[in-house]
Amino acid sequence: MAHGNKDEKVVYVGDSRVRKPSGVVAVPPDYTSFPGRSEAFIPNFLLKEWMVGCVVLVGFLVLTIAHPAPLGYPADPTNSAFIPIPDWYFLFLYQLLKYPWVSGDYVAWGVVGIPGVAFGSLMLAPFLDTGKERRFYRRPIASALMLLSLVACFYLTKVSWDFYQHELEVTGTVPEHITREEEAREAAMSGKEPPSATKPVEEVALVDADNADVKAIMEKAGCLQCHGTDLKGQAGAKIPSLHGVGDLLTKEELADIVTNGKGAMPAFGEQLSSEEINTLADWLAKQKAAGE
Amino acid sequence: MFKSVYNWIDERLDVTPLWRDVADHEVPEHVNPAHHFSAFVYCFGGLTFFITVIQILSGMFLTMYYVPDIINAYASVDYLQHKVPFGSIVRGMHHWGASLVIVMMFLHTLRVFFTGSYKAPREMNWVVGVLIFFIMLGLGFTGYLLPWDNKAYFATKVGIQIADSVPYIGEYIKIFLQGGEIVGATTLTRFFAIHVFFLPGALLALLAAHFLMIRKQGIAGPL
Repeated sequence: MAHGNKDEKVVYVGDSRVRKPSGVVAVPPDYTSFPGRSEAFIPNFLLKEWMVGCVVLVGFLVLTIAHPAPLGYPADPTNSAFIPIPDWYFLFLYQLLKYPWVSGDYVAWGVVGIPGVAFGSLMLAPFLDTGKERRFYRRPIASALMLLSLVACFYLTKVSWDFYQHELEVTGTVPEHITREEEAREAAMSGKEPPSATKPVEEVALVDADNADVKAIMEKAGCLQCHGTDLKGQAGAKIPSLHGVGDLLTKEELADIVTNGKGAMPAFGEQLSSEEINTLADWLAKQKAAGE
Repeated sequence: MFKSVYNWIDERLDVTPLWRDVADHEVPEHVNPAHHFSAFVYCFGGLTFFITVIQILSGMFLTMYYVPDIINAYASVDYLQHKVPFGSIVRGMHHWGASLVIVMMFLHTLRVFFTGSYKAPREMNWVVGVLIFFIMLGLGFTGYLLPWDNKAYFATKVGIQIADSVPYIGEYIKIFLQGGEIVGATTLTRFFAIHVFFLPGALLALLAAHFLMIRKQGIAGPL
């Protein structure tokens, strides 16, 4: 070493060759500012803090294992039946914008005015509440405003969530991630490969697609309005495809569905003659992947 | 061995004061739950940071499998969730951690508010904290789209519609977020970039400022 004594630690001031005076001990100014049983951050306090961290981590992992992260079906922009819902911490804003006095013509109040004032005053709280007093019960205005905002946020979140549940109930919708999990469980129970939402569905061609009689009947009953002009249904609205329907149902079952309806499908028993239904069911029963 | 390596480095770079400053700083009695159980309310800030670290780590692992394009995004999440060993745990931690970090941050904010700790001379630290809150909300919003399932797609559509209704600049916010006329391929890559680069970068900078200020000023005294 160029500086003589090997054991001596040399501390320079800035970039100069001037030695820093060793008499000054850098004690943080706050170290003795509070009376009582203070302790050093590392290791004394951090060792205890680890324990809190471990308890939180274990709880967190239990939650993670008990409730896998939800995953629905791939995004389908043509799906018109999906009920959108934001993450829970945005629900209060989502609900706020549903009230008529902050939407429509007054939407500026809903998206900028009220949130702006609320979050703006939250951010500027130290400059609005400038008194020296720190105890919350001695600064009633600040505390009351905060409590009021909290109640409002909880209330809006609850109303929004309850309405979402109500919507699900009314429309008979089960959230997709639950449907999907159920399907996977059923497949696992019966020892099948779980259905993959990403695997493309095999296209089944229509059998006897140009049958004029069937076309006329379908025209009359308006089948195409729901099942689509290509008869592939609407996956989003849970309207089944008619391609390959003969593999799933027998002629009798198909005739029964057309006559009496099923689920969201109306009954056509009065609109069509039994002969027409018979022709239609015959044709539908022929719709098999392998063909006739 | 370790000690001599440490001394070799310390002789040249004088690193001791860097960590001694952190190690020796005082944890006063009134914030220490070991002495007063009610002081557990002072843990929420540390726990927010703890969960944030979990979010960063789990997020780093998720990007090993995730593909940010509209054809493969869903398929890659699906694969990660159902095929990759422990994939559902890593994704689960990231998914639930996103909620937990909001909860912890919310509790931390309330603690600071109701103990009046944001008052002079700590005003700037409060402002930085609120900015961190906004960043976290932004991370939540952009992360929600990434699995590219129906929930993600339609929630983002609604979110962008809301942004669009902001007077004057709404249109520009919409185009900036969407990267075009519709919620589609460019929206997904954009949200991915914002979620993994822009916002975490801003978050780390703000966290550094938050911690430097608390070290500089020390914790607020007992009430």
